[in-house]
Parts: sequence; C-alpha cells; structure tokens
Amino acid sequence: MSPTVSSSVRRPDAGGGASADAGAGAGAVGTVPSPRPGRRRRGYGAWLRGIAIAAVTVVFALPIVWMFAAAFKTNVQVTDPTVGLWFSPTLDNFRSILETGQILRPMGNSLLVGVVSTVLSAIIAVPAAWAVGRFRMRRTGSLILVARIVPAISLLVPWYYLFAQAGMVGSYTVLVLSHMFVSVPLILWIMISFFEGLPVELEEAARTDGLSAFGAFWRITLPLAAPGTATASLLAFVFSWNNFMFALIFADERTQTVPVALFNFISYASTDWGGLMAASSLITVPVLLAAVLGQKYLVAGLTSGASKG
Amino acid sequence: MRTAKNATTSATEDTTGNPTDNAAGTAAASGGPTARTADGSPGAAGPGARGSRGRAPRTFEQANRRLKWAMLAPALAFVGLMIVFPLVFTLNLSFTDAFGAVNAGKNYVGAQNFLDALGDSRRFWPAVQRTVVFTVGAVVLETVLGLALAMLMRKPFRGMRWVRTVLIIPLLTTPVAIGILWLLILDPSNGIANHLLTSLGLPPQEFLGSVSQSLPTLMLIDVWQWTPMMTLLLLAGLTTLPEEPEEAALVDGAGGWQRFRYVILPMLGPTLATALVLRAVDALKTFDILYATKGAGGGSDFEAETLNVYAYGLTFDYQEYGLASAVLALFTLFIIGVVILLRRRTGRKTA
Repeated sequence: MSPTVSSSVRRPDAGGGASADAGAGAGAVGTVPSPRPGRRRRGYGAWLRGIAIAAVTVVFALPIVWMFAAAFKTNVQVTDPTVGLWFSPTLDNFRSILETGQILRPMGNSLLVGVVSTVLSAIIAVPAAWAVGRFRMRRTGSLILVARIVPAISLLVPWYYLFAQAGMVGSYTVLVLSHMFVSVPLILWIMISFFEGLPVELEEAARTDGLSAFGAFWRITLPLAAPGTATASLLAFVFSWNNFMFALIFADERTQTVPVALFNFISYASTDWGGLMAASSLITVPVLLAAVLGQKYLVAGLTSGASKG
Repeated sequence: MRTAKNATTSATEDTTGNPTDNAAGTAAASGGPTARTADGSPGAAGPGARGSRGRAPRTFEQANRRLKWAMLAPALAFVGLMIVFPLVFTLNLSFTDAFGAVNAGKNYVGAQNFLDALGDSRRFWPAVQRTVVFTVGAVVLETVLGLALAMLMRKPFRGMRWVRTVLIIPLLTTPVAIGILWLLILDPSNGIANHLLTSLGLPPQEFLGSVSQSLPTLMLIDVWQWTPMMTLLLLAGLTTLPEEPEEAALVDGAGGWQRFRYVILPMLGPTLATALVLRAVDALKTFDILYATKGAGGGSDFEAETLNVYAYGLTFDYQEYGLASAVLALFTLFIIGVVILLRRRTGRKTA
C-alpha cells in the first residue's frame, strides 16, 4: 500500500486502499457496503498501480539517462551495447566539443535568439491576451488557432522569398522574427486562459479608485499575471531553444543555433557518438533544470486551455 | 475616492471650458444615465474627450474599448505581417511557376501546380499516405497509452512530483537531440535495443536502417516523446471532473471498468477531443525528428517522407516554389479538414 497512500484533501476511494470504505461511510452516501471481493483486489491494485507507474517512469526516463551516460563514455564504450550504465566515466567528449568550439557558439546564438524572441513575444502577446481574455473576443482569439494549424513551412517559403530579396537571410533579426511565429501564439494561448481566470472586479475597483484603464492593467493586472507570464515565457524559450526548421533555413555558419549545429554535427562526424551525446546532453541540461525546478508551472502551461478548448 | 475621480475629471474639463461637462463627467464615472447629456451638449469638445467622457463607462468593457484595440494592435500587426500576409503570398505563389532564384520572374499558370501535385503518384500521394499512417498510428497509441497512464496517476501518490517531472522531459528536450539519441539506441549493429532484443531471444531489427521499418520506428519514437503530453492534458481534465457521479456508480456496484467506461470517459469527452485535436495537428506537421534521423527526402526510398518533409524538399532542395506552395496549400486544407472532422466526430463543445 505504501506507494499509493493518499494524503490529499480529496476523499480517498477506490485507489486509496482500505480507507476507501471508511471514506464512503463518512460521506453518507449510504450504507451499502462495497462488494467484498473488491476490498481484497484493491490492496493488490494499489501495489500494481505503484509498480506500473514506476515501470512507465523508467521507460520514459531511460533513453535520456542513456544519453547522459553515453556522453561520459569513450567512443569504444559507446558503440558496445554490453557496456551498460556501469563504467568509469570520462570527460573527453565534453573536452573535445568544447575545445573545438562547435557547440559553444551555437549555444550562445540559441540563448540570444531565444531570449530576444521570447521577450519581444511577451511584450506583444501579454497585452493582446489581456484584451482577448477580458473582452471575450472569441473570434480574435481563434486567430491563434490559425497559427497553430498552419504548417510552418508554408510561411517559410514567403519569408525566405522576402528575406532573401532583402539580403537578410543569416541575420539574427530573421531568426528572432521567425521564432516569434511560435512564441507569440504560444504566449497568447496560455495567457488568454490565465486572464480569463483573473477576477475582473480587481480592475474595476482600481478604476473606481482613479486609475486609468491602462493604469489598472499596468499596476494591478500585470503584477498578478506575473506567474502566468513567467510560465508562458519559459515554455516559449524552450521551444525557441529547440526550434530546428527555421534556423535550418535562416541561419548561416555564424548564427546557427544549437539544433542546427547538432544536425550538421551528424553529417560531419557520424561515428563520433560520444561527442554527439555530449553535445546533446549539454543542450538538454537547461531543459532538465527547467523541468525539475518549474515542473508545476510547466505542466500548468502545457495543459492550459485544454479543458476549455 | 470619489473626490479623486472628480479631481481628474475637472482637470481635463478646463480644456473644453464647458461647465456642464463637469456634472456629466461625474455622472459618467458613477455610471449614471445623465452621461448622455455630454453627448448632446454642443460644447462637448473634440473626439479626445469623447473617449473618456462621451460614452458612459457603464460597464468595464465600454470603459476599455479603446485600450482593448491599443493592446491588440502590436499582436495583430505581427500576425498580419508575419502570418496572414505570407499565407496570402504562398497562395499566390501556388498559381505561378516560381522556380529557382528567388528574384527570378514568374508567370501565372492557373491550377497547373495543383494538378501536377494531385497527379503525382510517385512523391505526393505516398507522402499523403505516410502522413496519415504516421499520424493515425502515433496519435491512437498516444491516446490509449496516455489515457491509461492518466488513469493510473489520477489519485495522488507519493513521488507524483517526480513522475511528472520525468514526463515533461521528453516533451521539452530538443527533438533533433532526441532523434540522434534514438539513432544511437536503435543502431542495427551497435545499439542497445538490438542487444536487448537478442538477449531476450528475439531477432534483431533494422529499425531506421531499413525502408520498411523506418516509419513505424519513427512512430514509436513519437509515441515515446508525446504520450506524456497526452497524459498531462488528460490528467488536467481528470482533476476537474466532479467526484459524485463516480461515487454514485461505486455505490451502485459498478466495477472499475464500468466506472471508467460509462462514467469517467463520457465526462472526459471534451478534454479528450481537445487533446486529440492538438496532438493530431502537431503529429501531422512532424518534421524535426523525421529530418534529423532520415535526412532530406525521408531516406533513400523516401520511406519517411511525409507531406511536411516533401514540401520542405520541394522548396529548399529543388527550389520548386510554385509546386511547393500548391502542396502546402493542399496540406493546410488537409489539416483543417482533420480538425473539423475530429471536432465533429468527438462531439460539439461549448467553446
């Protein structure tokens, strides 16, 4: 029973084990006892549930663990499947990719493009989300769906056409603009449902107290929206960090971002698995940190709007 | 507080110099019907004053009408310039023979590109088929597994936080890195996957190295990466469900499966529909993993070439901008069709 002891305020039932019967009784839902065989099964059920959850977690975690392990293996060990997770680690892979500078510059580029595109997107999208959320502008809001539905390549063609004619391909400006195509709709999407959840009375009260409409937004609503904005921005940054397709077209050698550098790395050094895994691990560390530290917010951001559509 | 409001109103009053306005302004602030007189009075100043006082801010919405558009303007400008205009541009290109250099001339050729695409059974239709197979296979598996996992995780348990952390890692990790990682794991001769298979007495597989296994393998990688998304979406939906119906069913003696099938699943319908639409749209457009593992054209025999990869190749490998635009137009229509179909089949929602 131990893995599934329910300590929440919710009333424990079926999965909660033996206490379920007591709970049902306390709830005054009737004196009908639960079927006898059920009680026995629930005990095993809780164990099974714990084991199943643990197994699934391992399945999802193992490939990532494997990646980090491979980053610390020699090139002989990497391609020897009998070397599992027990081996004496080496830092050679990291040393070599850092010495050649193959990954540091792209990481800098990704950081720059990610931060700038996320900040600009937040500046554009948060006020717009407020307007859409506050005034129930469903039709304007559904414009965002267009951005989610349209294949990004159908924008790449005209962007490429126009930016190439303007001689801007390869510049940071184009990378930032293209990454905003993902982050503006994402931040809008998350923040609309966030603002819909904030009580309008606060702003009304601020208005009565003499603040202008913008003042009410700036001084009252925006500070309250800080957690939502942080979540949305974090996700926007991660998706910019991961974005492959835009940089594949718009970045040149000088401005290439991490995924493109990694992709080029495969073609140059298809056998240097250790280096590839070290580079992959290095660019995954920020994401891991975000996941561990901001799990609650990231989950909320990823799933926001889902139960409303 | 009312006095503060009065002070600001009368300060602006001076510019108009109309004494009756003061009263009207106050009335407007308090939402009184006399605000109409401000509109009526001839001296009621220019358009600037109208915004703040002419209309009675009877409701919050009316008070903020202007601000609303000001707040929306930058986002609308961005959407217009970076999304709507390019889409129109693409649509326009699809009726031309644009090819080669981006500044080369182009002629309108009517629907020729569309006819070419639809008549192409070598690249276009197989790409359509692969897109459908990949999407349906991946999304169905992700939905079933995601739902099962969400049901497992529905009741709180010790360590839930860590399980959820593990679950979001695949979704947040760079897809290109994931592609490379799976290339290593699934390497036909040196990968751990075949090592495990043979140690279980199963025959080793070619995985991404073979024409026939590439697409199913990529589907499974997609399942690994995106099942957690389904789980998290459905878990969010499950926690908002009321508990009473399930308790009632429990009291009525319904078994676990019956409670799931007849009580939880119908209530979860809207969330399931949304999750399905979101996931299907993203799966249709999958690019990074396919391109990172199989390269341009989806491999030697185009075995992983979906519509997205095909359109990408047409554009940037063959510079067939006209044909590529037509393919993209068809692809977009296809996605819209899928969204409409899914929304209709899974039941209409209030949103």
